[in-house]
Amino acid sequence: MEFLSYLISGISLGSVYAIIALGYTMVYGIAKMLNFAHGDVIMVGGYISFCAMSYLELPGWLSVVLAMAVCTVLGVVIEGLAYKPLRQATSLAVLITAIGVSYFLQNAAQLIWGASPKGYTPLVPALNAKGEPNALQLFDGQLSIPYLSLLIMAVCIIVMVALTFFTGQTKLGKAMRACSEDKGAAQLMGINVNRTISVTFAIGSALAAVAGVLLCSFTTSLMPTTGSMPGIKAFTAAVFGGIGSIPGAFLGGILLGIIESLAKAYISTQLANAILFAVLIIVLLVRPSGLLGKYVPEKV
Amino acid sequence: MKKLIGRIKGLKKTTKVDFATYLGVILAFVLFTVLRDRGLLNRSITGMLVPICAYIVMAVSLNLTVGILGELSLGHAGFMSVGAFSGVIAAQSLQAAVPSAPVRLAIAILVGALFAAVAGTIVGVPVLRLQGDYLAIVTLAFGEIIKELINCLLVGCDSRGLHIAFNITGNLTINDIGMEPGGMAIIKGAQGATGTTTIASFTAGFILIMLTLVIVLNLVRSRAGRAIMALRDNRIAAESVGINITKYKLMAFITSAALAGGAGALYGLNYSNLSASKFSFDTSILVLVYVVLGGLGRMWGSIIAAAVLYILPEALREFADYRMLVYAIVLILVMLATNNDQLKALAGRIIPKRKGVSSNG
Repeated sequence: MEFLSYLISGISLGSVYAIIALGYTMVYGIAKMLNFAHGDVIMVGGYISFCAMSYLELPGWLSVVLAMAVCTVLGVVIEGLAYKPLRQATSLAVLITAIGVSYFLQNAAQLIWGASPKGYTPLVPALNAKGEPNALQLFDGQLSIPYLSLLIMAVCIIVMVALTFFTGQTKLGKAMRACSEDKGAAQLMGINVNRTISVTFAIGSALAAVAGVLLCSFTTSLMPTTGSMPGIKAFTAAVFGGIGSIPGAFLGGILLGIIESLAKAYISTQLANAILFAVLIIVLLVRPSGLLGKYVPEKV
Repeated sequence: MKKLIGRIKGLKKTTKVDFATYLGVILAFVLFTVLRDRGLLNRSITGMLVPICAYIVMAVSLNLTVGILGELSLGHAGFMSVGAFSGVIAAQSLQAAVPSAPVRLAIAILVGALFAAVAGTIVGVPVLRLQGDYLAIVTLAFGEIIKELINCLLVGCDSRGLHIAFNITGNLTINDIGMEPGGMAIIKGAQGATGTTTIASFTAGFILIMLTLVIVLNLVRSRAGRAIMALRDNRIAAESVGINITKYKLMAFITSAALAGGAGALYGLNYSNLSASKFSFDTSILVLVYVVLGGLGRMWGSIIAAAVLYILPEALREFADYRMLVYAIVLILVMLATNNDQLKALAGRIIPKRKGVSSNG
């Protein structure tokens, strides 16, 4: 039972990672860039929903919508101002610019909201009105699954299914896949590459906002640096599953969450991240392109 | 004199750039020493001299991996961390045996470089078969692992020698490692190294920079260096003319790690308190920014970028809270400007490029 509850908490943490990793992987797939500012968009999403709930006193679901809207605009603006001029530049130049954007967002957030952590009211409170834990009780109360965890998992599955449908069936999604395969050929086929990339950033940022709200509900605190470590972990999750692959990001995120949760419970809280990254290294050594990544042999 | 000038003119372009680099570093060292001794430098600058030296060595060594070998490493601070803490342990435990501070510092830097080289081998051997962004993520992971491992490390020293314990459960403290009373605590887990005798000096930093430059520039200009650059430019072509990929990749990577370790030892011995969180992902990124802004493969560029960008946040102090925001904006604008085709064309018209100038000056 104990194991099961750790497993479930791992899966719900992993679902948050998976949502972030989906954004990472889509942007990487199409723009071939490591968007290090993605983690900070998460943080911005968290703050927007925090402000909406505590200052404007909006209901939780509306704050999520607001956060998604703001982050979408933010993502498109960042892409247009900082990344679009660098389309032809080396990948390192784009990487450094992304780092610059990340610094910018963190410091701007610190100026606006201050450096001290803010208490975040979770979307689903941990205790209900009667003071009982807000959780699904199974096996005579031996196993309790917080409704928040169920919500996070449900959101993750919905996002995953919607994205699979979107990239597989819709015209825009097909354009996205075409761009990630071959930009030149896509352009010749009449696809507006620049617009497609902007749309990808918009979707990725909207997902980041959702992830931000869920993450803050999970940790119940919010700081300007909240997004950086989950961002790095989600990036590893994307690589773990095979970067560029949507099911890969999902699988990678969930696995990462489970490993982290179990390592914390059974081995060492202090070394949880070290164990996580060690597993990542071993997986990459055995499967150099990630769990579900395609291995593309180099042709001469 | 005329003969000398003639000889200098006859040198290869790359050799001239190398000599100019050495000369520039020596002049800067003399200038800053004189200014410091005259008391013309304010306290904050004086305090930054040693860290600047350490970061210059870091930037030059990372440039070897990123610029010359062409592999993106996001965990360079991990090697710095290994070097810093092994160097601090060496220096602290040898306090009685080696009374002379400069000698102890030299030993510490060597020990730091050695341990970092070992770490570089452990990471490099399996990892260098990965390519591109996968290598980046593994080096990133390595940096994080090192940080957490050192956060768990307890080291003390008494008359019986070193006591090392690994605080996996989080319950141990420095008193549980079986030291005699009166033993000296060197590393206290998450607190890091405490009570270190600071023996790093600007002169030592200068010598380390010169040594680094001699090692890196000679490596780059040698047969091995050309092989490494051939790997970077076209791996398959290089392999087909018989260049041993693993050997040369490892050579560059381990050299780079060892130098970072030396820089770490110098840095670590400059502060009495030092925690492992100082060498986080952000530090790796910081050094990468120096390398990219200074120019890939351009060692003098790394030196200037490291020195200027280390001082920049300090110089922006008048912006107070807006300091890091301005830094971020400067960073983005510089990247946009250096990659702007119109600006490049303009610069090309002002400074006509000579024929045969390689980008690796």
